[in-house]
Amino acid sequence: MATLNTESNFKEVGKRHFRAFSPGDDFYAALIDTHRGLTDEQSAVLNARLILLLANHIGELAVLREALSIAREDL
Amino acid sequence: MIAKCGTLYRPPADGRPGSGGVWEHSALSSYKPPKFAYRPPLELRSGERRQHTVVVVGAGPVGLTAAIDLAQRGTPVLLLDDDDTVSVGSRGICYAKRALEVLDRLGVGDACVAKGVSWNVGRTFFRDEEVYNFQLLSQPDHKRPGMINLQQYYLEEFLVERARQLAEIDLRWKNRVVSVSQSDDRVVLQVETPDGGYTLESDWLIVADGARSSIRRMLNLEVEGRIFTDRFLIADVKMQADFPAERWFWFDPPFHRGQSVLLHRQADNVWRIDFQLGWQADPEEERKPAKVIPRIRAMLGDDRLFELEWVSVYTFQCRRMSDFRHRRVLFVGDAAHQVSPFGARGANSGIQDADNLVWKLKLVIDRQAPDSLLDSYAEERQFAADENLMNSTRSTEFITPGSPASLTFRNAVLTLARKYPFARALVNSGRLSVPSILTASSLNTPDEESFGGAMFPGAPMDDAPLREAGRDLWLLDAVRDRFVLLYYAESLSAAAAAGLSALAASDLPVPLELMLIVARGGVVPVAAWRVLEDLAGRYAERYDATDGTVYLIRPDQHVSARWRRADGRRIHAALARATGSA
Repeated sequence: MATLNTESNFKEVGKRHFRAFSPGDDFYAALIDTHRGLTDEQSAVLNARLILLLANHIGELAVLREALSIAREDL
Repeated sequence: MIAKCGTLYRPPADGRPGSGGVWEHSALSSYKPPKFAYRPPLELRSGERRQHTVVVVGAGPVGLTAAIDLAQRGTPVLLLDDDDTVSVGSRGICYAKRALEVLDRLGVGDACVAKGVSWNVGRTFFRDEEVYNFQLLSQPDHKRPGMINLQQYYLEEFLVERARQLAEIDLRWKNRVVSVSQSDDRVVLQVETPDGGYTLESDWLIVADGARSSIRRMLNLEVEGRIFTDRFLIADVKMQADFPAERWFWFDPPFHRGQSVLLHRQADNVWRIDFQLGWQADPEEERKPAKVIPRIRAMLGDDRLFELEWVSVYTFQCRRMSDFRHRRVLFVGDAAHQVSPFGARGANSGIQDADNLVWKLKLVIDRQAPDSLLDSYAEERQFAADENLMNSTRSTEFITPGSPASLTFRNAVLTLARKYPFARALVNSGRLSVPSILTASSLNTPDEESFGGAMFPGAPMDDAPLREAGRDLWLLDAVRDRFVLLYYAESLSAAAAAGLSALAASDLPVPLELMLIVARGGVVPVAAWRVLEDLAGRYAERYDATDGTVYLIRPDQHVSARWRRADGRRIHAALARATGSA
């Protein structure tokens, strides 16, 4: 059965990364840049759309349920 | 309200908080800065006007590095500084492995490491728990640690002492450059001293006069970048504490809610504490001991005694000049680029600027390379500066999120980091200074064969323990500061040895030192080659070396080219390329 991957998994096809932190930092910077200039409400909408897009891409409900459960921990 | 980061501006001579955006309270109980003697310069005594080869302006860590490196290569240098002491206060404290390797080459590495506090472990806390820790140096068998912490004034003292041993360096204190101009064949400087002014002419000018470079201003050159709207308090505190020699970073700790705090140990039981204050904080108020002491008390959580050594409040920016070279004027260090302090990428990258520039300038001065080789200094170090700016800007965004959305993501990462490895990798409390891998440099010869490992053309060399004539030594100490050919042999056949001797006899555009690295037990003497034994096998492992593998190394210990088989023609071409003559 498919399980959620919580190991570091960021990568970019065709790009050579010399430092382990680089692909993750590239993603994080792109994420923050995407929110730049938005109001808080717009940011919330962006996040909702992003989750829906990524969830569909993953597709496997067992994996998504695991992620949903971890995301809710301590809240 | 701008200060650069990592290291801070000197307070203005009249004691006012100047345009630098640093507000300082100085006690400095444990350190008495030396006063260096000013002497009236020769030009004022005799009226003589000499043409100098190289003038370096600014006797901070970067200017001193450049001057010493040039002098060690036999080039006379005039080094000018407008002050007569080292820089005190909350300046640079972290010197990374690569900077230490350069300082080794200059003869001050041991003094720095002996006085400094070596560390490899960093810990990151969120609220009241540790979420993440890292090891700077994941491999064994390197001469130098990942990082040392050392007050900048000690580094400067060691460098000044070294500079004084070198007859090629004319070091002039209290000599302030007041104007500069250049033509096709020279640079002309007007210099003020306590005894009046004089004129200097030089073939080359290295500008190392810091973030507020007055020479940069005199030449009307811009620096562009981003100012961050946040304020930080730096407190250097002397105390007895048994905290380990590690870097501790807190996000939103109970003793300083909503902000970040960084703790570092320096020499002489001095601790650097860096508190984020927020943009609204009043810098004049915040630097008062009555305000600072309770903050430190809350952090220490006990009644231990401490003394305030130095307090300052600063802001910073990330920016660089668009071009580090302007004909005969070459900008290095903070004069050329400034980064946020998170990552120790200020002084460390400045030292690497000098390391990159000096061997090229020496070849150009000696007419062994075309003037255009100096363009590769700008190309390579602007690339490095962009990498440093990118990493330190990203760290700054993580540490001081610029929007509610950014803060939400930052805290989400931190809450996941304790349990989930992917989130730990995203925690960014500063990506600490590592040298740039200059893969895109025009001086590299691209690989034609396949190699594993990390020693790509353009990479700074990894160290390895070796043995030579019964004596242990480090690879980087053996390579030092010229072009070197490293030939690896598992066992050397007579034919291969003859080939090596032929290579040694061939005519090359620049001097090339030949080193034969043999597998354990394989030592054989070969005429004109230094023979080193790879006792622990680290060289073979790190350089993916097999029998006959050859590396061409630049004088700044970066890989220039590599092959699986030695070939005089290819070595020749690579050497021409690495000296800008291809």
